[in-house]
Amino acid sequence: MITVEKLTKSFGPKLAVDNLSFSVEKGEVLGFLGPNGAGKSTSMRMITGFLAPTDGKVTVCGFDVIEQPLKSRRRIGYLPENAPMYSDMSVFGFLRFCADLRGLSGSAKHQALDRAVQRCFLEPVLHQSVDTLSKGYRHRTCLAQAIVHDPEVLVLDEPTDGLDPNQKHEVRALIREMGRDKAIIFSTHILEEVEAACTRAIIIDRGKIVANGTPNELKTQAPHAGTVVLGLEGAGWSTVQKELGALHSLERAELISETNGKTTIRLQPRENLLPELLALAQRQNWQIAHLNVDEGRLDDVFRSITLPDTERPSDK
Amino acid sequence: MKTIWTIARRELGAYFSSPVAYVFIVIFLLLTGFFSFMVGRFFERGSADLLAFFVWHPWLYLFLVPAVGMRLWSEELRLGTMELLFTMPVTTWQAILGKFLASWLFLLIALLLTFPMVATVEYLGHPDLGRIISGYGGSFLMAGAFLAITCMTSSITRNQVVSFILSVVICLFLILCSWPPVTDFVVNWAPAWIVDLLAGIGVMTHYEGFQRGVIDTRDLIFFLSVIVFFLFTTSVLLRARRA
Repeated sequence: MITVEKLTKSFGPKLAVDNLSFSVEKGEVLGFLGPNGAGKSTSMRMITGFLAPTDGKVTVCGFDVIEQPLKSRRRIGYLPENAPMYSDMSVFGFLRFCADLRGLSGSAKHQALDRAVQRCFLEPVLHQSVDTLSKGYRHRTCLAQAIVHDPEVLVLDEPTDGLDPNQKHEVRALIREMGRDKAIIFSTHILEEVEAACTRAIIIDRGKIVANGTPNELKTQAPHAGTVVLGLEGAGWSTVQKELGALHSLERAELISETNGKTTIRLQPRENLLPELLALAQRQNWQIAHLNVDEGRLDDVFRSITLPDTERPSDK
Repeated sequence: MKTIWTIARRELGAYFSSPVAYVFIVIFLLLTGFFSFMVGRFFERGSADLLAFFVWHPWLYLFLVPAVGMRLWSEELRLGTMELLFTMPVTTWQAILGKFLASWLFLLIALLLTFPMVATVEYLGHPDLGRIISGYGGSFLMAGAFLAITCMTSSITRNQVVSFILSVVICLFLILCSWPPVTDFVVNWAPAWIVDLLAGIGVMTHYEGFQRGVIDTRDLIFFLSVIVFFLFTTSVLLRARRA
């Protein structure tokens, strides 16, 4: 439903988005990750047709967003960053205005408004001025605007930014639910969100895609993914290290901490490590306090493949 | 058409949902009254026409029209709602026309509220109604021209004050370059083509006919082309922002 081909955007000499290509199908929720300034918002602005790309093209439901702007825009719902709204309107007035612009009228409009208001839990503030809304309600009002015409494609720029944990949970559930019959792209830098709501995630850094896969696939790229963390009681690091050396299936062992007679170590397996490890522990009579296989954390993947601000080459 | 009306209605709503509209209308009416009666000596002239009323309009519009129009695009830029508007199924022209027509309609409302002036001359004598209507028409067109200029300046900046000042400067230029005291001065040293050019682009020359009840096609075309030109410039500036 969304096809992005070789999308490039430069602002003067600065390359904001560099040769981005990906596609999102119906039923997919794509998480768009990246550090601040990686080009997430710029990409989304080009996908929605707000910014013209320097190069490359975007099609939405088969319509080029530059060549056939009205046709493609009719099929997109967009929540811009920071949820901009006309401050002089009431929540209902604003939503009605958006529904009018979307070409809805009569009973279809009323139903669409009712549904959007319900889905975003806006009843309590319906006749309040947009100006006086809390950040959570602001975001949800703008989200309601994006879904009022029941679009096939949703582009959400940081939809959970500034929400409290309960609201975040609700919005994520909403995204997941709508994702069943829509194509959704949403950007975030909260990684747990990706696991909670996305079927696929793309990490971009300095305008380029640096990772693309399901959240589980991405997690296996974490530096510690697949390692075994073992906590022992009653055995010192020195003895443990010596005994572990005999294990064939072990690549490497390192100490995480050793306090109060409790030793925590990280084991990098070469092959299936657990049977051999457990047998050894039984023989040596080690008391296992805890044992778990690290599935990898998106946090670590994110940190290992994107550069922090401080290590970026400065912009010329 | 429906889209233009939707945008225009929202824009009009924005005027009337804040005190801006009422403050503006009251000030406009007070000032037109003050200038016509006190400065223009409406009664002392002893003539049943509205010349003393219409003659002040360029000077009032110079400040009041930019005040009405300065927020049109600046506010969209400041709030970021432009991103919302232009990702809706709305063309740039629909948005520009919707906003422009809303403000123009608002100015028309303010202008029509000066009807007591008409009632006064009607009561006091036998004015030429055609002349009065033509005067109103000219005044409305001039307001439209100034508004189109303000539309353009407000699409340049997210700061309403800057947009206001730029617009006042441009409108002032258009007023002064055909204002007799200035043209009388220029005519002494500038070549004839400059004098003609200035008179051609000045609003005073084109507005004058309407006050006398003469609707010249050239004057009509002048005001309409100023409106089209500045709205077109607005569309270019808005597109450039998104390129």
